[in-house]
Amino acid sequence: MISPLRQYFFRLVSLFRRDELDRDLEAEMSAHLDLAMEENLQAGMSPQEARRQALAQFGGTQQAKENHRDSRSLPMVETLLQDLRYSFRTLRKDRSFTTIAILILALGIGANIVVFSVVNTLLLRPLPFAHSDQLVWFAGNHGAGGLSDVTYNVGSYEEFARHAQSFEEVTCYQAFWGSSEFNMTGHGDPQHIQAVMVANNFFHTLGITPIVGRTFLAAEHQKGAAPVALLTYPFWQQQFAGDPLILGRTVNFDNQTVTIVGVLPRTFDFASVFSPGLRVDFFIPAYMDQVRTWGNTVAIVARLKPGVTLAQAQAESNVLSPQFRAAHPNPDWFMEYQADLSYLKDYVTGKLRRSLFVLWGAVGLILLIVCVNLSNLLLARIASRSKEFAMRTALGASRARLIRQLVTESLVLSAIGAVFGVALAFGAVSYLAHQGSIALPLLNSIRVDGAALVWTLLITLLVGIVFGFAPGLVVSGGNPQETLKDAGRGSREGRGHGRMRSTLVVTEVALACVLLVGSGLLLRSFLRVLDVDLGFEPSHAAVVDINYDAGPKGEKIGSSLQEIVSAVKAIPGVEAAGVADMLPLDRDRGWGLLNPSREYGKGEDQGAIVRIVTPGYLDSMGIRLLEGRDISWQDTLNKEPVVVINQSAARRHWPGQSPIGRDARGFDDKPGRVIGVVSDVHVTSLESSPGSEIYLPVFYGPEGARLVVRSKLPPDVLTASIVPVLRHLNPAQPNNTFRPVQTLVDHSVSPRKFFVCLVAIFATLGLVLAALGIYGVISYSVTRQTQEIGIRMALGATPGIVQRSVLARTLKLALIGIAVGAVASFAASKVISSLLFHTEPNDPTTFVGVIFLLVLVALLAGYFPALRATRIDPVTALRSE
Amino acid sequence: MSDSKLDLLQGTLDLMVLQTLATIGPLHGYGIARRIEQVSGNEVLLNQGTIYASLVRLQQRGWISAEWGTSDNNRKAKFYSITKRGRKQLTEDAAYWQRLSIVMSRVLSLPESEEGAKL
Repeated sequence: MISPLRQYFFRLVSLFRRDELDRDLEAEMSAHLDLAMEENLQAGMSPQEARRQALAQFGGTQQAKENHRDSRSLPMVETLLQDLRYSFRTLRKDRSFTTIAILILALGIGANIVVFSVVNTLLLRPLPFAHSDQLVWFAGNHGAGGLSDVTYNVGSYEEFARHAQSFEEVTCYQAFWGSSEFNMTGHGDPQHIQAVMVANNFFHTLGITPIVGRTFLAAEHQKGAAPVALLTYPFWQQQFAGDPLILGRTVNFDNQTVTIVGVLPRTFDFASVFSPGLRVDFFIPAYMDQVRTWGNTVAIVARLKPGVTLAQAQAESNVLSPQFRAAHPNPDWFMEYQADLSYLKDYVTGKLRRSLFVLWGAVGLILLIVCVNLSNLLLARIASRSKEFAMRTALGASRARLIRQLVTESLVLSAIGAVFGVALAFGAVSYLAHQGSIALPLLNSIRVDGAALVWTLLITLLVGIVFGFAPGLVVSGGNPQETLKDAGRGSREGRGHGRMRSTLVVTEVALACVLLVGSGLLLRSFLRVLDVDLGFEPSHAAVVDINYDAGPKGEKIGSSLQEIVSAVKAIPGVEAAGVADMLPLDRDRGWGLLNPSREYGKGEDQGAIVRIVTPGYLDSMGIRLLEGRDISWQDTLNKEPVVVINQSAARRHWPGQSPIGRDARGFDDKPGRVIGVVSDVHVTSLESSPGSEIYLPVFYGPEGARLVVRSKLPPDVLTASIVPVLRHLNPAQPNNTFRPVQTLVDHSVSPRKFFVCLVAIFATLGLVLAALGIYGVISYSVTRQTQEIGIRMALGATPGIVQRSVLARTLKLALIGIAVGAVASFAASKVISSLLFHTEPNDPTTFVGVIFLLVLVALLAGYFPALRATRIDPVTALRSE
Repeated sequence: MSDSKLDLLQGTLDLMVLQTLATIGPLHGYGIARRIEQVSGNEVLLNQGTIYASLVRLQQRGWISAEWGTSDNNRKAKFYSITKRGRKQLTEDAAYWQRLSIVMSRVLSLPESEEGAKL
């Protein structure tokens, strides 16, 4: 039993001791011959005859050696090693080819690894929770509308938790978690922190256990319980230096003492799943009885019981929801809390699926172009090696052996390219993972993992085989005799060979065309998005989070804010200043707005997004006042129920009339008076059209406060001049810095920008590769036709004619490629049509632009070989044989 | 000439080498080749060079061991000797060959039947 294993082991070892074993055998064979000669001499032969006989008896020495190698080693591996050695030798000989090939491969493979890592993290890998495939997201109002529309009130959460049988556990968090921000004191400088309120079983449902301490107790969710908090891992590391004795420490949140009871694991990144691009520092228990009075604010997540399908859970919820409504006739339940269930994973990344697949497709095209390009380069190289191959065929190398040699060479190339590609991808991926401001879920957890490396191995093999195989077929298909004769005459390449190269170039141009059209359409959409009238002016506006003294019952809100705003307005360089509790594209909150003297049909939208603002906010944000006036300090301090509405709200609720001076309802117990109409602001996203928006004075209870300043001064200058004033007015003012309002816009467009940038990079890469392909083929054909061109010039062709004929050939190739590519692009653009914004899939500008660009690049690629053709000296060309 | 010599079946050379080493003791490659030729009465077709493939195979299996040494007439040569495991293997293989040869000779000595001849 042992012997075969032992033998295999020795055979394997022999591979690495080849030279040593060969020497040993040679010594042994020479001893053998000596012994044989000696015996023959003793038998009376002449020395010559003795040697001849000894050699004859021994048989072929080379044969014996081969025999010996075959028996002691692994013949297949030996051949492979031989091929590899040969490949390395030939690749080393042709440095420029090798460098270009490896560069192209590294870029192509690297891009593929990066995109695979992104796709893997966002789509393929499960969410970072225990058995995350059982987690379900509840969407109210069929997932349509603002956050208030899709969230639930506490009562409906409790009903689902109590009655739904499909779930092991139902939990929730307060989705307006931007509103649980605090000024933290008692640990260094005052600090602005973000907390999220969660239900009692939140961490248990997600399967998260704190690494230090414990989660919240049921009693800690009762109003009046001693406040406690859980720290996120990054905050623990950054602010408390990972102090293991953190438990039981206290900090102050807005002057309330909070005890730290635990630290959450590093793997639990709440924001990257539920609110990409933002950060969370603490978790605090939701006081359910308090949250109950806030209306629709909680987001529900549940864990399915094992064996229960999503469809079953959905069916159950469809039956339950009307029953809940019937059981709660009170006005708090002004809607039916229906639920559209989806897997949490689909909720988090579902919207991105199409974008990601498009991205994946784009890098797939890049890889294809890389293959085509390399096939082409290899073909050109093979043409110059055709004598070598013909010779080998003539000497008896089989077709399979030649193909194997070429495929080995291409595999060696693609393997080296892959090594560089992986390095490239590691760099790019770690760069992306640190782009915290890109609003893509899970982005900070992307990495080149085992799956990505397996994927790399797969594409490396595929690429190596694909681009080595086609040239292999060409080489081995030829007639060696023809080639040897052909090469002897130094004439041009075989007809089939040339046609194959042209086909490859046409393919390349067509693929590049598809990529360019796709990226052109996405780029145009992106520009259109940037062109959207925001309704406010982000340039020259900066914002800082502030703290102020609201007084024990909120009675000082108005006066404190007035003091702050007037002090800031007095600072030189400040053109306008105002405070709002929520900024556009940041957070939202929905109340209602309606015209009491108008009849409303069923299902008519009466929601409105609310901003609670001081006078001057509209000005400082650059929100245009169209009619009426801004809120005044007098309204604010006298608690006048006044409201400023946006244009859409005016049109919707007061069609055909001016709403100024009219009564409005929906946001207060008593009617409020409309005092102004302002431009529509894109509050949730640039790509959706704005609905009703209202601005109310600060006595309505702002959630947090952001000071917006309009000034030509840069944010850091504003920080230096304004923050000391704020601290002087209120010592608890945290050490915050001004940031441009533009960052809100950037954050909002970041996912689209991310995709556009990647696709544009790939398209550029594709264009460069296509240009390289055209250049290669044309340049090569000029070299091959040196004689022909020489003859033509000797017969009177001018350089102009020669140049034109080369360029014409270039143009012909490019135009065929463009024609094929345009048709393919037309089909491909339909696939991405849902990703476009205000851009038609067959947008003529993009198509014409791309065609123009490709023709230009093709002419450029053909220009240099054409120039070289005109410099051919007929005499030299004809002499050179 | 070669028509009349016996072509070696796969594995038979290995067995011959083992048997040779078992009876004569440590011996170099040339010695083994010569010995086999002599014993077989020059019946075996043997390119002496092929003996080395067999030797390396047996060595890797652990049935023989090798060591450089000096021959009777003071020449450096590699000497092979059979190991304990080699002897065991030899016993097994020899028994197998004997059984096979008995069976073969029985089969081959069957009288030809009428039908058989027709076939």
